Amino acid sequence: MASNEKFNFAQSVAEALADSQLRANFRFATDTLIQRRGTVFASPEETNFLRDVGSSMKKDVLANLPDLLERFEAKCIKNGIVVHWAETAKDANEIILSILNEKSAKKVVKGKSMASEEIHLNAYLEEHDKEVVETDFGEFIIQLCNEPPSHIIVPAVHKNRKQIAEVLAEHVEGMEYTEDVDIMLENVRNTLREHFKTADAGISGVNFGIVETGSLCLVENEGNGRMCTTVPPLHIALMGIEKLIENVEDIPAIYRLLCGSATGQRITTYFNMISGPRKKDERDGPKEVHLVLLDNGRSRIMNDPQLGDVLKCIRCGTCLNHCPVFTRIGGHAYGSTYPGPIGEILVPQLEGLNPKGAIATASSLCDACSEACPVRIPIPEIIRRMRDESYGHGDPNSVAGYGYKKNCVESMVWRGWKWSQTSPFMNKVMLKGLALFGKWIPVVGPLKSWMSVRSKPTFGKNSLKDLVKKEGVRHE
Amino acid sequence: MKKVSAAKTPVYFFGTCLADMMYADSAMAAIRLIEREGYEVVYPMEQSCCGQPAYNSGFPDEAKAVAWKQVQIFAKHDYPIVVPSGSCAGMMKVHYPKLFKDSPDLFTVKRFSERVVELTTFLHQHAHAVYEDKGAPIKATWHSSCHAMREANCIADSKALLSQLSNVELIELERERECCGFGGTFSIKQPEISGAMVSDKVADVVSTGASVVLSGDCGCLMNITGHMEKENITDVKGQHIAEFIWERING
Repeated sequence: MASNEKFNFAQSVAEALADSQLRANFRFATDTLIQRRGTVFASPEETNFLRDVGSSMKKDVLANLPDLLERFEAKCIKNGIVVHWAETAKDANEIILSILNEKSAKKVVKGKSMASEEIHLNAYLEEHDKEVVETDFGEFIIQLCNEPPSHIIVPAVHKNRKQIAEVLAEHVEGMEYTEDVDIMLENVRNTLREHFKTADAGISGVNFGIVETGSLCLVENEGNGRMCTTVPPLHIALMGIEKLIENVEDIPAIYRLLCGSATGQRITTYFNMISGPRKKDERDGPKEVHLVLLDNGRSRIMNDPQLGDVLKCIRCGTCLNHCPVFTRIGGHAYGSTYPGPIGEILVPQLEGLNPKGAIATASSLCDACSEACPVRIPIPEIIRRMRDESYGHGDPNSVAGYGYKKNCVESMVWRGWKWSQTSPFMNKVMLKGLALFGKWIPVVGPLKSWMSVRSKPTFGKNSLKDLVKKEGVRHE
Repeated sequence: MKKVSAAKTPVYFFGTCLADMMYADSAMAAIRLIEREGYEVVYPMEQSCCGQPAYNSGFPDEAKAVAWKQVQIFAKHDYPIVVPSGSCAGMMKVHYPKLFKDSPDLFTVKRFSERVVELTTFLHQHAHAVYEDKGAPIKATWHSSCHAMREANCIADSKALLSQLSNVELIELERERECCGFGGTFSIKQPEISGAMVSDKVADVVSTGASVVLSGDCGCLMNITGHMEKENITDVKGQHIAEFIWERING
């Protein structure tokens, strides 16, 4: 993961765009995912209704979050789950390490969890001599290459079949190069099986925490999540505090929205509801279950009525698939745990505008993301807000790095623009100026950028205002 | 030439800033199309820009000042305000009330926004325009601007008008719903990404075999034709829907 000191968005964008294989891989993947989503959400009426339901469900949860969290905690404790509160990423890492140390756990198997990516858990645990094995197929691949995920749902989507075959042949013992998917899967399954058997602990994320019952829901397709949470004697779940759902009866709607948006499935192969450790008369399941509730800036985000909407996110990744920018630059270029449109509004809030505010410039504000979002997050509006905040036009207390891009040149340009658009005299002067001298504008700055792939704009001899007068249209 | 009907309320015309700078003929054609349906067109001379460039670039105060100027200029009469751009119409309809959400002027702004109507929606749904195609057979393709599609919701109207032109064969783009990469200041703040997007869009346009790409938004056209010119693609031209229709029905 690119650290903030080294983060250079322009450079990562340039590198990504130059990699034609990468662009082809992403185009293929996002096309496929969009097409699959379309088959599950074929009826616009039903889909929009469902999105309304999902949106208000998450809105209600956020409006009552403090109370719901306390109720949820009480239920979890009653179920025998040990609950920990982590205010920061550092707290969460330390809590997880101390649980592992307490049980003398050395080896950890992990289910896919974006929250764990957010806090860079693997790196932290490895620094403290733990062996961490990712068990989701995609995560397993990128762990072998020491890369971060390039997509929220399909972490190795930047690689095609051949590239994955190469990775497996290089890193997995006893495995030869093959492009046969069944053979690849079988080999990885056998390798992982051994890890499940020998792991001291399993770590997972949580898709939904049900307040009513104190259950942890885990949505997955490979069964590795179930193995991580049932085979080892110790299970630690890491969950962002916004992931609550109030009642069991709310689950079908939000689960359908998640599956349909993420992978274009009606339901996933596995849906786990974890309600505590192994009971006395039970033969399997972990002996201990711990839940780490992660804040990491969420409480602060929640306090702003507009920014708080970002916490409705259920991490389906469909905004990535629908984004024409993500499709072209891929996930790694964003240099952040959460790429794409959701990343543009979440990461600057989690990590500060300087330098991560830069990723909010990577949007044409085409609205394709908000059109697809299952919980109706107004992503383009919050992208605009990130841009406002970057220039110091917003709330100085809401996002770190407020006003970091403020500069005299841009401020003056926009002030001049405002003048030319509010004073009829200045507007006339500007239009006349462009008509007469437009072709001699030096090719620097914005015009140079424009002309990198386009010809020089030709300004008209007449403005519409001129024509209206000439042609006798009623004007006043 | 004008057949102004006394029974029909006149309409205001907001030409857009791009019409003043580069696309005056397209906007003039739009005015002619409205007049053709018997409406008197009133053009306030002090109008300028909808304010979107600043609104999308982190300068909401400047956007608000420019928006307020338009609200005031169009306040003299209660006429509908016809806009030959889905993007500017979307800005004025959808985003003006957001800009003024905490202002005592909110209701004035809302009344303004409710009067805004995109050109092809006006021609199709309000004026019930009927066209007779007098042009030679031609293959055309259509680019939907994102905000025409998702904010002004006017694409069905644009296509309904085009479908009346019997000699025009409309060939759809493969990725009609994908952005062309313009995005206002996005095109100069992220020129490489924008360039990759417009290059894919132009490839899509070219592969239709059409000789003209039509759109209801001059911003997208400026982007698409600018790239075609740079790449020396000369067998496809770009044209605003209003100018295209006006030419077709006048032979």
